[in-house]
Amino acid sequence: MIDTLPDSPSNVPVFSVGELSQAVKRTIEGTFERVRVRGEISGFKRHSSGHLYLSLKDDQAVLAAVCWRGSAARLSIQPEDGMEVICVGRLTTYPGQSKYQLIIDQMELAGEGALLKLLEERRRKLAAEGLFAAERKRALPYLPRVIGVVTSPTGAVIRDILHRLADRFPRHVLVWPVAVQGETSAAQVAAAIRGFNALPEGGAVPRPDVLIVARGGGSLEDLWGFNEEIVVRAVAESGIPVISAVGHETDTTLIDFAADRRAPTPTAAAEMAVPVRAELELAVRNADLRLLQALNRGLADRRKYLDALARALGDPQTLLGTATQRLDVAGERLGNGIAAYLRQRRADTAARAARLTHPRQLLQAKGRDLAAQGRALDQAMTAALHRQQARQERIAARLRPQLISAELRDVGERLRRASLDLHNCTGRRVQNAADRLAAQGRLLESFSFKKVLERGFVLVRDADDRPVMAAAATESGQAVSLEFKDGKITAVVGATAAPKRAAVKALKPTQGSLL
Amino acid sequence: MSDDKHADIAAMSFEQALAELEAIVSKLEKGEIGLEDSIDAYERGAKLKDHCEAKLKDAQLKVERIKLGPDGAVSAEPFDPAS
Repeated sequence: MIDTLPDSPSNVPVFSVGELSQAVKRTIEGTFERVRVRGEISGFKRHSSGHLYLSLKDDQAVLAAVCWRGSAARLSIQPEDGMEVICVGRLTTYPGQSKYQLIIDQMELAGEGALLKLLEERRRKLAAEGLFAAERKRALPYLPRVIGVVTSPTGAVIRDILHRLADRFPRHVLVWPVAVQGETSAAQVAAAIRGFNALPEGGAVPRPDVLIVARGGGSLEDLWGFNEEIVVRAVAESGIPVISAVGHETDTTLIDFAADRRAPTPTAAAEMAVPVRAELELAVRNADLRLLQALNRGLADRRKYLDALARALGDPQTLLGTATQRLDVAGERLGNGIAAYLRQRRADTAARAARLTHPRQLLQAKGRDLAAQGRALDQAMTAALHRQQARQERIAARLRPQLISAELRDVGERLRRASLDLHNCTGRRVQNAADRLAAQGRLLESFSFKKVLERGFVLVRDADDRPVMAAAATESGQAVSLEFKDGKITAVVGATAAPKRAAVKALKPTQGSLL
Repeated sequence: MSDDKHADIAAMSFEQALAELEAIVSKLEKGEIGLEDSIDAYERGAKLKDHCEAKLKDAQLKVERIKLGPDGAVSAEPFDPAS
């Protein structure tokens, strides 16, 4: 205040900073001794001292506020971020940092936060365009080669992502650095998403297969860039699937609605982006093992089936072997059988031969028998002869030849006489018979028609050689035969009258009167 | 010859190759493939497995940072987040 620069063009008094700060403080505190101010709570913090620090904001300005411990205890509501509230208090300054702030005595709820209301309105509008439609969502690639990450190149977020990717499945990661907070954030994020999509396939910088847009947790204002329409549209239009990982799990930004997948944290985004390599290796090894086992089992099953069929078919060797064996056994038995048969027969024959008597012996025996029988016969004959002789002798002794001789003589005489009688008698009877026979013969001869014929008579016979006995039995023209004593002739009836008489006479050859 | 028959595998993504491998395994396990075909299927399965393993082996963390040239041209440079 005392010193002035010699060449100062102005006579305006010069304040020290402290003086000015105090002047401002007096003015502000005097003017805004007691105010009511409406705004949304943001950046709320409850300090361990019990004081509450927070900001009140609307879409134009932010007002820092503090609620001392004493007042905080008396507040009717529990303040939290996003809450639209009306606070009563006084303004004061904090000269050490060139700041001013509201000292809150009272706080009341003022309804839905203006930003949230704005957010909701924007969400409805973009949803109506179909940017959040489920059918727009694309499946993430199973195993991306290149992963594009849109985030701040510094801080925990990119480190978390890279760590988790390295753990699960190390990949080629392209980081597109952006500001994730502040006025330019939205434009940078949108440009990065479009930039990745603009990379040509097979270019010097590989085109990512999946994008991660990530930011750590923060206040609604901190995350506000990810609610901007330009970001939401860039995500919706991206040809590359996008995973959003903005804020904490409870924070919701509009990019989450447009993204193909929403991850609660950047780490979770990395987990969505790649599978676990070890698990894949296991899956491949597993499949490989099963492949080999399945093939082997298929072969083994077929071999087993084939073996079963082959068994059912029968082993020719075995079949032949069995048959051969049977043949061998049969052949052996055959040989044995013949041998045994022959042995048996030989033994039988020998036994029978042994039982046979030699013919000489037989003859001798028979001879002996015959001799014995001859002797017996001789003896018997001799004995019989003796007996007969004795009997004859006994009978002869009783015979008397004189009796027989007399009787014989008597019988002889009688026989001689009878014979004589017989001879006489017989001679006579034979002479008589002969005489009678000669007489009868003569008589018979005299009766024969031949004798009549000899006397000149003729026998007339008809054609049937029957005698014609009467003239009435003839008819004129009938052929007849005429038998004379010296032969036969044929004639016809009715020729002349002369022979008629002779014929009539001849027809009675048997008449006895003609004799 | 079999290389020609399975030439398409080289262009397959990991999940395509793994999916076909698992399909082949499943068919073989169910005995849906004849003997001749099952040997062909095995050969293809083995090739698919090789392809999958090659894809898995190609697992190196390579981190790059996009760099925009003054004309807006995009290039990449090595990036270490710790620095």
